[in-house]
Amino acid sequence: MAFAGKLLTRASLGSYICRTRGLTANRVHRRHVVSCIDPSLGLTDEQKEFQKVAFDFAANEMAPHMAEWDEKEMFPVDTMRKAAQLGFGGIYVQQETGGSGLSRLDTSIIFEALSTGCVSTTAYISIHNMCAWMIDSFGSEEQRHRYCPQLCSMEKFASYCLTEPGSGSDAASLLTTAKRDGDHYVLNGSKAFISGAGDTDVYVVMCRTGDKGAKGISCLVVEKGTPGLGFGKKERKVGWNSQPTRAVIFEDCAVPVANRLGEEGQGFTIAMKGLNGGRINIASCSLGAAHASVLLARDHLKVRKQFGEPLSNSQFLQFKLAEMATRLVASRLMVRQAALALQEERQDAVTLCSMAKLFATDECFTICNQSLQMHGGYGYLKDYAVQQFVRDIRVHQILEGTNEVMRMIVSRNLLQE
Amino acid sequence: MSGRVLVGVKRVIDYAVKIRVKPDKTGVVTDGVKHSMNPFCEIAVEEAVRLREKKLMKEVIAVSCGPQQCQETIRTALAMGADRGIHVEVSGKDYENLGPLQVSKIMAALAKKEEASLVIVGKQAIDGDCNQTGQMTAALLDWPQGTFASEVSVDGDGLKVEREIDGGLESVRIKMPAVVTTDLRLNEPRYATLPNIMKAKKKKIASVKPADLGVELTSRLEILAVEDPPQRQSGVKVEHLVEDCPVASPSTLGIEVGGVLCCRGGTCLSSQYTVITAGLD
Repeated sequence: MAFAGKLLTRASLGSYICRTRGLTANRVHRRHVVSCIDPSLGLTDEQKEFQKVAFDFAANEMAPHMAEWDEKEMFPVDTMRKAAQLGFGGIYVQQETGGSGLSRLDTSIIFEALSTGCVSTTAYISIHNMCAWMIDSFGSEEQRHRYCPQLCSMEKFASYCLTEPGSGSDAASLLTTAKRDGDHYVLNGSKAFISGAGDTDVYVVMCRTGDKGAKGISCLVVEKGTPGLGFGKKERKVGWNSQPTRAVIFEDCAVPVANRLGEEGQGFTIAMKGLNGGRINIASCSLGAAHASVLLARDHLKVRKQFGEPLSNSQFLQFKLAEMATRLVASRLMVRQAALALQEERQDAVTLCSMAKLFATDECFTICNQSLQMHGGYGYLKDYAVQQFVRDIRVHQILEGTNEVMRMIVSRNLLQE
Repeated sequence: MSGRVLVGVKRVIDYAVKIRVKPDKTGVVTDGVKHSMNPFCEIAVEEAVRLREKKLMKEVIAVSCGPQQCQETIRTALAMGADRGIHVEVSGKDYENLGPLQVSKIMAALAKKEEASLVIVGKQAIDGDCNQTGQMTAALLDWPQGTFASEVSVDGDGLKVEREIDGGLESVRIKMPAVVTTDLRLNEPRYATLPNIMKAKKKKIASVKPADLGVELTSRLEILAVEDPPQRQSGVKVEHLVEDCPVASPSTLGIEVGGVLCCRGGTCLSSQYTVITAGLD
């Protein structure tokens, strides 16, 4: 592009980038001319319809705003409520309580597609879904009908509260206490890194009602506005900026016993069962980001020229792209297989979910990172979407169980008996 | 009035896909290429469903002509709210030669058979760009037509249609039964919701053959060749317009660029400006 300087001033290049970015954002979502990484391959007609709605929604309602939501740290309540109107508020919650009653595999497909529009927002929607499912699955009839319909429509938003300043991976050592006092529990303690905290309405809180260890933990639903429920400052994060993250603080917070999900001592089990699905959902979000990044890389390679040729003529880059595609498909297969195992309640479901989360989040981060590299200097600019995918999915290797904890789960399964 | 709306939906190559011409120039590559519902057909389905939701119509029937894959397109219409579907089976050579005239005959036959009050189709399909099917269907049925509709409302026993025409907007009142073709600004099609997609599975799609409707499909058109548009030539970039140039005169004018005549490439005769010849990739 060795023109006379006029045509390529920085400003005009900038506008070229922004326009291209808008075009590529749309091309990313709509333009799967059949290729090996097409995420609709192997799906049933009905699943393809679900996926199409999710892709369309992501392309039209999320992708155009994902950069702004990130930059301005906006929690896109209206957009999420639109998503809820389509049935995305309680995808695997039963229909009688307002959910869509779909399977784990359907859910994975949907989150993967939505994630191409905005990882951070989709990840929050998945956390919200997880909380709604926990109430739907372990709550009494009264509790289910009290909370789930409003959560499925996203009239109210939910947060999952397990992690504390002193207990992350060692979740069972949590210290927030819930002392029984008549028909209430009084909560004292704090939770850390809670997604949505401060802006959400319903908090699913794991707290200690009994002795040490997992068996002493119960699950309580705490509503915003309860006296004694407070929040820390909004954290400043590298990514996931379209959802606020805050500490949740309990100071003599009285919660009715009627808000307890399941029995005393059942809380940890409920939390872990929620996370099995949560891990598939987070892995699915990583898949979406990686898919989008591969398409962005492919498009960039075709357009960018150096040494007189488009980058797509370089064998090194061709091979790199092929490797990225292979990792993506391998990750997708693991995640979908784990989703199937979970919905069929197979014996290996929990381990498979952990393996899938471990594998997919690691591989997809590598894919997004390599896509950024292929963009060269442009990949580092916030005008290009790829850097946001990288920043947003980095945390997937850490939350919902670090990838180290995933290894613990798998090795424990291997070494038992 | 039966209150039945017949909506034609066409399965076309997705609008975002880059079209490739087949090497033998008989058409474009469709194998393995992503297809979806014609955008104007989506608008037609949306309008029909809205009419039913306003209780102005009773039933919405989605129709598509083509091979087995058309059922996907009909399912999308069902997921958007159509009540049932009709798949008119046309495949092979017949499908390659299927044009507006054949489809109009089919739509007319179905409109009579189903006793439709209203036929809504997209103004044109993004592959053929013919803009004929709606009009031909109306002619075959001898029904009034409201084409390029940007607004449709029921007015007594007829329809008031606001049409987008070259000069602006035209309002017409047409008696029903009638044919309406949809333009871009008529509405914004809804997303199918997850529950509606699941409900759509239970809705019926009936299969018929054109012969069952008494329609014969021979085409009077033969496609001779399909070619790429000519490659874009290099342009000439000029820095000033003839009106501004102090020395340009009719005898010095050389190259026409975008309708503006300016100095011959390379040298500006007024020596005041630089003419850049740019190769555009």
